[in-house]
Amino acid sequence: MEDFIVAAVKVVIAFALLFMVVLLIVWAERRIVAFMQNRLGPTRAGPFGILQTLADGMKLLFKESLTPRNAEVFLYLAAPVMALLPALLIFLVIPIGAPITIGDTTYTLQVTDLNVGVLYVLALSSMAVYAITLAGWASGSKYPLLGSVRAAAQMISYEAAIGLALVPVIMFAGTTSIAGIVEAQGATYFGFLPAWNIVLLPSFVVFVIAAFAETNRAPFDLVEAEQEIVGGFHTEYSGFRFALFFLAEYINLFTMSALTVTFFLGGWNGPTFGPTWLVWILPVIWFFVKTFAIIFLFIWVRGTLPRMRYDQLMAFGWKRLIPVSLAWIILAMIAMGIRRYGLPWA
Amino acid sequence: MIEVFLFAIFALVALAGAVVMLTARNPVYSAMGLLVTMFAMALFYVMLDAHFVAAVQILVYAGAVMTLFLFVIMMIGVDKKEERVETIPFQRGITFVVALGLAVVIILAGRQAWVTGSDAFGSPDMVGTIETVADSLFGTWTIAFLSTVFLLTIAAVGTVALAMFGPTAVQSTDEEEGA
Repeated sequence: MEDFIVAAVKVVIAFALLFMVVLLIVWAERRIVAFMQNRLGPTRAGPFGILQTLADGMKLLFKESLTPRNAEVFLYLAAPVMALLPALLIFLVIPIGAPITIGDTTYTLQVTDLNVGVLYVLALSSMAVYAITLAGWASGSKYPLLGSVRAAAQMISYEAAIGLALVPVIMFAGTTSIAGIVEAQGATYFGFLPAWNIVLLPSFVVFVIAAFAETNRAPFDLVEAEQEIVGGFHTEYSGFRFALFFLAEYINLFTMSALTVTFFLGGWNGPTFGPTWLVWILPVIWFFVKTFAIIFLFIWVRGTLPRMRYDQLMAFGWKRLIPVSLAWIILAMIAMGIRRYGLPWA
Repeated sequence: MIEVFLFAIFALVALAGAVVMLTARNPVYSAMGLLVTMFAMALFYVMLDAHFVAAVQILVYAGAVMTLFLFVIMMIGVDKKEERVETIPFQRGITFVVALGLAVVIILAGRQAWVTGSDAFGSPDMVGTIETVADSLFGTWTIAFLSTVFLLTIAAVGTVALAMFGPTAVQSTDEEEGA
């Protein structure tokens, strides 16, 4: 029973955290992109305009939710929920801080640690494509359909790249449990360099690029390219249903950044010192500092790079990212073999 | 007790998905029905402590295979009216007999220990983890596993070869980079 209560509390905290972080990210994105474009962005609602997202959300709640006459009503209504579910579920396996020991019970700052954590993440992120594909198809309108066909092809292609980029990470950690991968990065090289998986640089680069495509963000935002296909898959959505898609998109952005940090930047690992409460808090702070640094990278790229053409996107995914990841897996295997068994001629 | 409840719920969900898959007029709804069934099956695997199989079930079948199905359905066009006249005589009668036979076989098989495997496997909480699956794949059944890999590779290479050199080979229009 106690386990159940602890789990329930963790789930509630995790979801509350996600929604609050999304408010912050949307505001941060609008402000940062505005500064990059020599504008100010939202400044009116609350200090520095930080409540702007809340105001927009309230506004969307009161707007009319339209359903097109040609829509397949059931799937049209189900798609926004299908978008939100995997986005929320992936976050459950990400540890946001070091385990805390109170009395003789240890609480992990992670809703649950799965033996197959990495596969769980990949499986759920492959579910995200359904929402977009079905939303576009069920809208019964041509631009959403174009957007959703693009989404299906793009997300399948880049999922493969994400999976391959994670293979060396799993090999180095020797486990697919996400807590295990973070702990494996807790060691140091030469006593001071943190042993983060960033040393697997090609994997890191492939993962981050593919993450841009998986979250449908610039320069891979062909799914909702405003200049070509109006709004892509969410053209026909309005009001609260549009808000759900928007929410899912930004939760995905946060989760992908958190996953990048977890897999490659050491997760919550970082220097800790001081009294016990500080030792508990610091890993959480390190985790969020790193995650927001990656989110800043996402926003920066959006403010900098133009959108790719569709054939460039496909060619880049299949002919660059996937061969590079395959070659890198072989190199990493050789390196691990040498480390374990020595050089073949020695 | 709770396991029985969960099993009952997800079994009903799986069956409902299968029925939708068969009866839906629109192929997209059929695909969704199959997806629901696959999810329910993944949950059965979780209940059997086979987490790896459950994850792979969703990753491969629900994630990759069904997305491709959906993609193809959309490419071909879902608006085509399907011919609903039954061409095979006595189709329903034959199906009924086959289904009845299958049900009998399943009920009989459920009583055999080598099918249900209740106590045939080792420690119950290790079944289905990655380590156990890897042990079987790369230990006990290496030859069978590698032959399967070989077979699939041959099939893939064969498909490419047919497309490139077969009787209806696609003329190479090299336009990949450029522009």
